[in-house]
Amino acid sequence: MADLMTQPLLGRIDLAGGLVDLATYEANGGYQAARQAILRSSPEAVQEIVKDANLRGRGGAGFPTGVKWGFVPKEPTPGHIYLVCNADEMEPGTFKDRYLMEYDPHSLIEGMLIGAFAIGADRAYVFMRGEYHEAFTQLDRAINDAKAKGYLGEKVFGSDFGVELSIHRSGGRYICGEETALLNALEGKRAQPRMKPPFPPASGAWGRPTIVNNVETFCNVPGILSNGVDWYRDLGIGDDAGTKIYGVSGRVKKPGLWELPIGTPIREIIEQHAGGMQDGYQLRGILPGGASTEFLIPEEHMDLPMDYASIQAAGSRMGTGTMILMDDSICPVAISINLQHFFAQESCGFCTPCREGLPWIENMLIDIEQGRGQAEDLDVLDRNSAFIGAPGNTFCLHATGAMEPMLSALKYFRDDFVAHIEQGRCPHRAGGGES
Amino acid sequence: MVKIVVDNEEYEVEEGQNLLHACLSHGLELPYFCWHPSLGSIGACRQCAVIAYQDENDERGRLTMACMTPVTDGARISIAAPHASDFRESNIEWLMENHPHDCPVCEEGGECHLQDMTVMTGHTARRYRGSKRTFENQNLGPFINHEMNRCITCYRCVRYYKDYAGGDDLQAFGSRDRMYFGRAEDGVLENEFSGNLVEVCPTGVFTDKPFSANYTRKWDLQSAPSVCPGCAVGCNTFAAERYGMLKRIHNRYHGDVNGYFLCDRGRFGAGFVNIETRIQHVGKRVEEDLFEQQDTDLAVATVAELVIAGSVIGIGSPRASLETNVALQRLVGADRFCNGLSTNDALGMDEILATYRASGKIASLAEVERADAVIVLGEDVLNTAPRIALALRQTVRNQEFDLAQDAAIPQWQDAGVRGHAQGRSNPLYMASVLPTRIDDIANGCLNDTPDAIADNGFAIAALLSGTAADDSSDISQFARDAAAALAGAQKPLVISGTGTGNIRVLEAASAIAEALEKYANQSSIALVAAEANSFGSGLLGGGLDMERALTQVAEGTVQTLIVAENDLFRRASRQLVDQALDKVPNLVVLDSLETPTVEQANIVFPAATFAESTGTFVNFETRAQRFFTTFAPPHEIAPSWRWLSHIAQVVGDREMAWEEVDDVLIAAAGLPGLELVGELVTKGQDRLDRMAKVPRATPRYSGRTAMNAGVNIHEPKTQIDVETPLSYSMEGQGLGKSNDALPFSWSPGWNSNQSIFKFQQEVGGSLKGGDGSVRLIDAGNREAYRVRKISVPHASPEYGKFHLLPLYSIFGSDELSLHSPPIAERAESQYILLNPADADMHGFGADAGVACDEMGASFAVRVDPHMQRGFAGVVMGLARRCGELPQNAVQLEADPDYRPPPDPAANIIAKG
Repeated sequence: MADLMTQPLLGRIDLAGGLVDLATYEANGGYQAARQAILRSSPEAVQEIVKDANLRGRGGAGFPTGVKWGFVPKEPTPGHIYLVCNADEMEPGTFKDRYLMEYDPHSLIEGMLIGAFAIGADRAYVFMRGEYHEAFTQLDRAINDAKAKGYLGEKVFGSDFGVELSIHRSGGRYICGEETALLNALEGKRAQPRMKPPFPPASGAWGRPTIVNNVETFCNVPGILSNGVDWYRDLGIGDDAGTKIYGVSGRVKKPGLWELPIGTPIREIIEQHAGGMQDGYQLRGILPGGASTEFLIPEEHMDLPMDYASIQAAGSRMGTGTMILMDDSICPVAISINLQHFFAQESCGFCTPCREGLPWIENMLIDIEQGRGQAEDLDVLDRNSAFIGAPGNTFCLHATGAMEPMLSALKYFRDDFVAHIEQGRCPHRAGGGES
Repeated sequence: MVKIVVDNEEYEVEEGQNLLHACLSHGLELPYFCWHPSLGSIGACRQCAVIAYQDENDERGRLTMACMTPVTDGARISIAAPHASDFRESNIEWLMENHPHDCPVCEEGGECHLQDMTVMTGHTARRYRGSKRTFENQNLGPFINHEMNRCITCYRCVRYYKDYAGGDDLQAFGSRDRMYFGRAEDGVLENEFSGNLVEVCPTGVFTDKPFSANYTRKWDLQSAPSVCPGCAVGCNTFAAERYGMLKRIHNRYHGDVNGYFLCDRGRFGAGFVNIETRIQHVGKRVEEDLFEQQDTDLAVATVAELVIAGSVIGIGSPRASLETNVALQRLVGADRFCNGLSTNDALGMDEILATYRASGKIASLAEVERADAVIVLGEDVLNTAPRIALALRQTVRNQEFDLAQDAAIPQWQDAGVRGHAQGRSNPLYMASVLPTRIDDIANGCLNDTPDAIADNGFAIAALLSGTAADDSSDISQFARDAAAALAGAQKPLVISGTGTGNIRVLEAASAIAEALEKYANQSSIALVAAEANSFGSGLLGGGLDMERALTQVAEGTVQTLIVAENDLFRRASRQLVDQALDKVPNLVVLDSLETPTVEQANIVFPAATFAESTGTFVNFETRAQRFFTTFAPPHEIAPSWRWLSHIAQVVGDREMAWEEVDDVLIAAAGLPGLELVGELVTKGQDRLDRMAKVPRATPRYSGRTAMNAGVNIHEPKTQIDVETPLSYSMEGQGLGKSNDALPFSWSPGWNSNQSIFKFQQEVGGSLKGGDGSVRLIDAGNREAYRVRKISVPHASPEYGKFHLLPLYSIFGSDELSLHSPPIAERAESQYILLNPADADMHGFGADAGVACDEMGASFAVRVDPHMQRGFAGVVMGLARRCGELPQNAVQLEADPDYRPPPDPAANIIAKG
C-alpha cells in the first residue's frame, strides 16, 4: 500500500488510483508546505532546509539544490528573477518526469512555488518537451486550478509574494535539456549552450538571475518542508538523501518506474522490481541512467547501490536513474550505432568535435557492423572517442555524454568490435548483413 | 602586465586577455578559426587547444581552449605538447570531413586560412570514408559568391554580419552537421558592409564576386598600400593588380581608422579603374562629341601657350590628390585657383575647419568607437561616410562591456557580454532628414528639415551651456534627452557634416562642441564631407570660390579654364555651368572618366586613378594619408600633377620641374596649414639607392617572366620605381617595417589576411611600423571658437514650391564608384521624394514623373511621410548634368511624358 512517508513522489498517485487533481492533492496535505513557507518562513530559511536535507538535482548532474539556490545574488539589481523547470525530458530511456507531470502536476507546481519563494523569483517557466501532450494538458489545467485558488499569480496565499508560472513547449531538441541551451531556446534564440561564466544564477534568462531545476527535483521539495530534514535524510540508504524514481527498460519481465530509497542496489531494482530478465536472455550491459551514461556490466556492478557516488566510483553516472538493459541477443556495435545516431543527430552544430566527430563515429560503426570495418578502425575510433569525450574538449557536455556509452562499450565489449572487423560481418547475425 | 609561460618561454601579457590573444600578440603560432580580434571569442571551433598546467610540477596538464581562457599571472601552457597538437590535428581532420578538395579551383585557394591551418596542424591524409554533405548555394547579389559546401561552421559570418554590422538577412539555419549560413531565400545581402564577409570567412564560402569574374591566383597579385577614394573616412586598403587590371580591394588594417573592415562602396567601388570608357589618350575636340588623339607634347605646349597668354582660371577637385590640387594652384596662381568644392560645400568646410581648430579634439574612428554618448546632427553617415556608421554600432556597445565587467564576464566573451547586457546600450541620438538604417541602435531619433535639426542642435548647446531655461516650451524632448545624455557622459561625441547642405547644422554642431568644453570630460567631434580629399581641398583653399570662378568665366573675361578631375555639373547650378562652359574659349580638362564636363572640353588629358598613381588624401580628421601606385598606368595615362608639371616646365616655371611625387608633397608642405604633410615624404629614390625596396608581389609570385609570353616572348624589362618605397617585384625587404610600405599582408605559413597580427604591435593594436599618416590639425594649436552669426533659416516655401534637400546613397552618390559595375548594379535610378500629402495635393503620382526646370531633369516620384511638407529630397549623384541643388525653392510640375531612365546599371555594364 502506498505511503506518502516512504513514497513522497509517487505515493499520491497510487492513493488516488491515477490522476491527482487539486482536491485530492489538497486532501493529502497538498500546498500546506508552500503555504507554511510563504506565510510563516523566510526565503533564507527555506534555502537552508533544502540545503540541510541534501536534496541533489535529479536531472542527472546531482548538484545540491539548496546550494544552487544560494547562488542567486542576495541583493540583485532591479528586474526579474527567473525560476525554470527543466521538463524537456529527452534522455533516451527516461520517462519519470512525464509520469509525474501527467499524474501529479500539483506537486511540481508546489515545488516550484516554494523554489520561487526561496530565490525571490517573480517569473517561473516550465520548459516542457514538445511531444508531451498529455503532460501539457494536465499541467496546464493544474496551473489554472491553482491560479483560480490564488496559489499562483499575485499575492500568493494572500501574502506579498507573487509569481507567474507559464509553460513553454519546446521546439524539440535534445540539447534543450542542457541548462543554458534551454535558456537560449526560452529566449527565442538558437538552442545552443552558453559559455559559463556567467552562470545562470548570476546571469541567465534575459541576462537575469535564473535557477533551473529538474521536475523530479521540484517534486521532492514539498515533502522536505512538510516532514523535515531528518525524515528526508533517513529515506536514503547510503550517503544520499530521499527517494529516487528508478526505471528499467529492456528485456525484463516488468519494465517500469518505482520510487525507492535512493541507494537501492542495482540487483534489487532489476531482479525484484523489474522481475528479472525475460526467460532465455542474459543481461550483458547496463546503461544506468539513460543513454548518455557509461555501460556497467553484470559481472562487476550488480550489487552497486544506485546513488551518485557509488555509480561514479564504478566509472559511470547515475544520470536520470532510469536504466537501459542490454541483453545477449543485442549486438554491442548495433546498439552503439543506435546511440551514436541519436547523439550525432541531436548535436546543435556549434562546436567542431561534436558536430563533425559524432557523425564520423556513427559512420565508422556502421562500416564495422556491416562488415566493412578495417584493421585501423578501432585505433581511429579510440582516438576520436577519447578526444571527443574528454570534458572541456567540446563546448558543452553533449558529446561527452555521447562518448560515455561509446568508450565503455569499447572497453567492455571490445571483443565484439574486433570480431566484426576480423570476420567482416556481424557475428550476432546468422549471415551478417544489415543491422 | 603579468607573466605567462608558453612552452617554457616567459612572456609579458596583459591581464584579463584571453590566452589566444596573448599568444598571437607575441607572434606565436596557434591555429584558430572562430575567434576574431573584433568579434571576440565564442569557443565554437575548438582549434586553439593548448595544454594548461596547474604549476611547474604538473606534467600532465589539461587540454583547454586558449580563446576561452583568461590570462592569469604565472599561467603555464604549452602549444607544442603532443596531446594538444594531436587534438588540433584531429580537429582539422573533423573539419575536413565535409570540406571539398577543390583548392586548386577555389577562389580562396592560396589565401585560405583553413588551408594554412591544415598545413600548420599537419593533417595530410583523409581517413573519413563517408560521403560529403552538399548544399545548394544562393545568389547573394553582385558583391558576394556563396559556396556553402566549403563551410566549416565557424559562425564568424553571422557573428560579423548580424552582431557586429547589424544585418538581419543572414542567418544560421539547421543544426548538427548540416548547419547552413545564408539568407532565408536568394537575394542581395542588404547590409552595407557585407563585403567584409569575404575576409571574415576563413575559407571560400563567401568570396569576392567581381574578383572571381576576373580571377587571378592570389599569389600572382601585385599590390600596394592604398587609401579608399570613396569618401572622407580614408579607409586604408590593399589594391591589387594583374595584367594591368585592378583586381580587387582588400582591407588594410589601420588601428585608428578602419581597423579590420571596409564598407561595400570602398571594396566594390574601385571597378571604375578598369572600365572601357576610361580616358586613355590626350584628346582634342574637333567637333561636338568627337575627340581626336593628339600628340602629348603638342597638347602640353598648346596649354602652356594658353597659360602664358594669361586670363586662366584653374579648378581643382576634392576627389583629386592633394598633389594634383597643389600643382594646379601653383600653375594658375593662388588667386586664380578654385579648390573645386561647390560654394556651399566650401562654406561648410570653412566652418568645419574653424571648429576643428577651436576644438582640437577630433575623433578618429577608433575614438568614435570609444565614445559613450553620441549626437549625430543631420548627417546620414551610413550613406556619406559609411565606415563611421559601422563604428557607431560598436560605440553603443560600450555599456555592454561595463555591465559585463561588473558581472565578471571578460570583454572578449562575446556571447556572455551580449547576453548579459540584453541590448542595454550607450545613448545615441540621431537627427536626420529621413530615418536612417542605423536608427535601430539610437535611443532617440528626430526627422525634420535641416533648419529644424540645426535649431535642435542650438537648443542642445544652450541646455548644455545653461543659457536655455529648462522649462522652455520651445525645446523638444529630443533635444532635452540628447543634452542630458551628453552632459552625463565621460566621452561625449558630436558627429555632423556637410551632408544637409545647410551651414546652420554645422554651426549648431560647433555650438554643441563648444558647450561640451565646460564639462569635465573627454569630448570629441567628427565632421565629415563627401569626398576622399574634401578636407585636403578645404585646407588648401583658393582665391576663388566656385560661383565666383564660374561667374567670371561666364562673363567672358576668362580665356582658359583648366579643370582637374572635376565634373563642374556637380558643383554649381546647371545654368551657371552651362553659361561658363559655353563662353570659355579654351576648356582643358584632366580626368580619368568621361564626365559631362569632359564632353565639353577642348583638350583632355588622361588622368591616372588612385590605383595608378601615388598621392595624398586628407580624411575627415585632417589625417593626411598616402596611397601608392599599384601599377604603372597604360597608354598615355599619367597623374594629373605630372601633366600640370609638364605644362609648367614649358611655361618656364622651373620650380615646378617635379620629377617625383615627393617633390610635389615637399612643395605642398610649404603652404600654410599643410606644413605637416612633409612628414609623409617617403624618399623612394633613397630606398632604391640602399637596395631597401619593399616588394609589391609576394614571395610566391609566379610567372613573372612568362605572364605576357602569349603576347610577346621577349621578357619585359623590370620596371624601376623611383617614386615610392616599393618595387615592381617579389624581391626586396622590409615588409611591414613601416606601415606605408606594407603592400600586402603575408607571413610564412600565414597566407591569408589573418597574417596581419604578425605586423601588429599586439593584436588589435597599432602596426609595428607606425601608421604612416599625419594629422594636419591637432590639439596643439587651438584657436578660439568663432563668434557665431547664426545664419537665418530658410523661409517656408510659397505654395507649390519646394525646397530641395540632398539625400545620399552609399551606392550612387559617389561619382567614381558609381562607374564600378557592381556598385552600379546596386544603385537606384533617380527619384524625388515628397511628403505623401504634397504629392496628393499636387497630383504627383508614382506612375508619372515630376519635372524640375531649374535642374533640367524629371524624376520618378516616391513618397515618405517623414519628408516635411514643402520639401523634396533628391539623391545626390544619381542624375547627370543636373547641377547642384538649387538653394531657393523651386517649382515642380507633373511630367506626364516622364519615362524612367534606363537602368544605369545596365548602361554602365554594357559600356564597361
